[in-house]
Amino acid sequence: MNLFGRLTLDAVQHDAIQTFGQLSVVMGGLTVVALLFYSKRWKWLWREWLTSLDPKKIGVMYIVVAFVMLLRGVMDAAMMRTQQALAAGDAQGILSSEHFQQVFSAHGTIMIFFVAMGLMFGLINLIVPLQIGARDVAFPFLNSVSFWLFAVGMGLVNLSLVVGEFAAAGWLAYPPLSGLEYSPGVGVDYWIWSLQIAGVGSLLAGINFLVTILKMRAPGMTLMKMPLFTWSVLCSMILVVFAFPILTGTLGMLSLDRLMGMHFFTSDFGGNAMMYINLIWAWGHPEVYILILPAFGIFSEVVATFSSKRLFGYVSMVWALGAITFLSFIVWLHHFFTMGAGANVNAFFGIMTMVIAIPTGVKIFNWLFTMYRGRIRFTTPMLWFLGFVVTFTIGGMAGVLMSVPAIDFQVHNSLFLVAHFHSMVVGGVLFGFFAGITYWFPKIFGFKLHEKLGIYAFWCWIVGFLAAFMPLYILGLMGATRRLDHYDASLGWQWLFIVAGVGVAIILLGIGFQILQMIVSVLQRHKNRDRTGDPWGGRTLEWATSSPPPEYNFAITAQVHDRDAFWAAKQAPLAVAKPVYHDIAVPRNTAMGMYIAGATFVIGFALIWHIWWLAALGLASMLLLIVVRLSAENTERIITTDELAALEAGADKSGRTT
Amino acid sequence: MNSAVVKVLVVLLLIGGLVGGLVLFLAAHPVAVLDPRGLIASEQRNLIVVTTLLMLLIVVPVFGMTFGIAWKYRAGNTKARYTPDWDHSRVAETLWWGIPSVIIVILAVITWKSSHDLDPFKPLISPNKPVTIQVVALPWKWLFIYPDQNIATVNYVQFPENTPIHFVITADAPMNSFWIPQLGGQIYAMPGMSTQLHLMASEVGSYAGSSANLSGAGFANMRFEAKATTQVAFDDWVAATKKSPLHLGATDYNQLAQPSKRDDVAYYGIASNELYDSIIMKYMLPADGTKHEHGAMQGMRAQ
Repeated sequence: MNLFGRLTLDAVQHDAIQTFGQLSVVMGGLTVVALLFYSKRWKWLWREWLTSLDPKKIGVMYIVVAFVMLLRGVMDAAMMRTQQALAAGDAQGILSSEHFQQVFSAHGTIMIFFVAMGLMFGLINLIVPLQIGARDVAFPFLNSVSFWLFAVGMGLVNLSLVVGEFAAAGWLAYPPLSGLEYSPGVGVDYWIWSLQIAGVGSLLAGINFLVTILKMRAPGMTLMKMPLFTWSVLCSMILVVFAFPILTGTLGMLSLDRLMGMHFFTSDFGGNAMMYINLIWAWGHPEVYILILPAFGIFSEVVATFSSKRLFGYVSMVWALGAITFLSFIVWLHHFFTMGAGANVNAFFGIMTMVIAIPTGVKIFNWLFTMYRGRIRFTTPMLWFLGFVVTFTIGGMAGVLMSVPAIDFQVHNSLFLVAHFHSMVVGGVLFGFFAGITYWFPKIFGFKLHEKLGIYAFWCWIVGFLAAFMPLYILGLMGATRRLDHYDASLGWQWLFIVAGVGVAIILLGIGFQILQMIVSVLQRHKNRDRTGDPWGGRTLEWATSSPPPEYNFAITAQVHDRDAFWAAKQAPLAVAKPVYHDIAVPRNTAMGMYIAGATFVIGFALIWHIWWLAALGLASMLLLIVVRLSAENTERIITTDELAALEAGADKSGRTT
Repeated sequence: MNSAVVKVLVVLLLIGGLVGGLVLFLAAHPVAVLDPRGLIASEQRNLIVVTTLLMLLIVVPVFGMTFGIAWKYRAGNTKARYTPDWDHSRVAETLWWGIPSVIIVILAVITWKSSHDLDPFKPLISPNKPVTIQVVALPWKWLFIYPDQNIATVNYVQFPENTPIHFVITADAPMNSFWIPQLGGQIYAMPGMSTQLHLMASEVGSYAGSSANLSGAGFANMRFEAKATTQVAFDDWVAATKKSPLHLGATDYNQLAQPSKRDDVAYYGIASNELYDSIIMKYMLPADGTKHEHGAMQGMRAQ
């Protein structure tokens, strides 16, 4: 038995392009460390951020991690587009087949798990407690554990660039390709353990926010008075709680196949790969709705606010969300009509799929009628909404086409499919989250983002998106399948691939503008400061407190009488009585969440490299840490009435500043 | 000219240029799925057209309304009506639950019918006697076995036009997907499993086929030519292939099944009749001794 399992020095040997990736991870890490030393920010980082249990801080950390991963995911996209634009005929492009396959596997994994999920949980952390008038989430410590498990998953994915390799079996790693026989290396194991750990984090976060929304709403806020974003998050979290255990189980079985030579998903000893494909999509289809529902919720807030009008058809909107939530669990088979199920089965799943178009269409009509007879301000979030309507409608059309099984046979696994789901995930999910970030940024940081640069970023994204993905629809119909690292020149595909590559370059420019926007906004923060707490003319409770909100969100818990609670309060201000404060308990900072997640990192790393003693050590320390935390006392700090009065008086005078 | 007009002109020119370029491009390059040469592919193309038109009934008004409403009710237009508390209309909401539902019901009927009519497992009706071809996805090439003619080919398949072709498909490799876009939709090729696909070419021609599902490093090379010829030309070709000195027995097959990239076309004059079944059965039996035990051994050794 080898002390370091499969880990040898060979694991860090790579070819030129991979070495570049390796160096960027290492240099990126070192730069952050150096900056922290230089600015003497270590203590600040530790106290204010890393050990914080404040969901507003945790939310920001989610978004920072997600944005870093977005950069990596987009670099992967740029490499793929470069490869496919070049590798026609005898030209081999810049990547080997094996490396190209790792790149697209990493791209999909990163974009879904570490960008979309990260942005989503970030925004949920930032806004949901504020929007329901709560001071915190239901389980503040669990929230920290969730974040750190997410961070550990991200760490493992990035570590695969430096030590070893990543999976080359696609983002959902179908066996038998992902099995031991065809993928003996550590790549698939990196994939399994980074998703397994991040996935458990998502499940815990899902439970946390489900309970938060159900149990911690301000008095008077009945379910049918909840803001639409909170509704969408409630539906999304229900899906998380039902879907993520399936992922955990599926990954668990795949890892048993790989670690112990079991046969859940190999054809011998009675195993069956089709079972994996069913299970992974039984999680995977709800997953896309987990992501899109909160984006729908964001658009509902954005459209109502910037049209200065009540959201149209609230009850319809809630029913539509509910219908989508339910239907999203009975459509998974449409991801593999081509597996050869009978016509009855295929037709059932096809019809269920197209039925989803009805509630989704209802949502779009309701948004349009929210704008109708409103006073629309075309701020950046509103532009993201209009861009979303265009891309999402195109993508939706492609989606309904593919829900007809007989049509799906002709476009399945082609670039048409790739264009479809990018229309939904980029044009829907990502545009929605960008709108949300711009919309709520002043609430969290106390100043607005630079508007003009945001608009430039939007135009680059939408033009780049159309240039990058419209050619893929055509390529798919021309017979181009996904994941090809080269193709025959005679097929005539190259020009479309080149246009798609240009599209990605334009998107990169858009990301450049977003980074610039962030820098300029921070530099000009005094100019764009929001002293009112309500910079956009908001309608929901998060705008009722200061920007940024105090640690305890609201000094006095709001009483809700209306759907747009804050809007109603602004219309008919109650007589201001002298505020009566009560003691508030807030959780103390703790690093235990980070330590527990750190132990899972050790377990993951050890299992990837077959270092059994280290895995046992990691497991033991994780359990020990959990016991220690569970036995901890004095985990809360009381803000007394007097302190609160002083804090609030100070805030009124100066406006809160970061 | 004021700058707004110039801007609009530039945008229009740009869009015109793009559309023009696209039309020129598409005129020079056939779009396989929309340019069918087979019975199934034609039906599928028609379905695509009908479904798209049905959806445009909703999508065109949505686009029109989006930009119309956005323009009319912009904040700057203070003449437009403003009703900040108007948030419900039973008639309007009934319409947009109702009309899309009607369209989806129509589409559901089409879906149900077409799923049965175009079921890949369903034999095609034709006066001509069907030709059966067994297809095996190997790493990374396609093996075609003609059980009735006793010949086999690699990365090339030929059959008579206007004759139902009964493809029986498996894999001795990770999962692949067997696709000849101009003749009809794809079906997965899975180890230990036998799927079926019925296609029929409506005219003589050479059509591109490929694997649509990732199956490992050499997957991009899994392209093959599917050639439809006259019955006479097919018979001649079978006769010529039978003269090939290459024979596909168990040993030759095992060699062929080894991973390799960029394989040339090959013809086998004699192919074993039991080969296809034995390839499937290999995955049914618990461990053929070496290959599959290997996985378990690795896990055990590591512990």
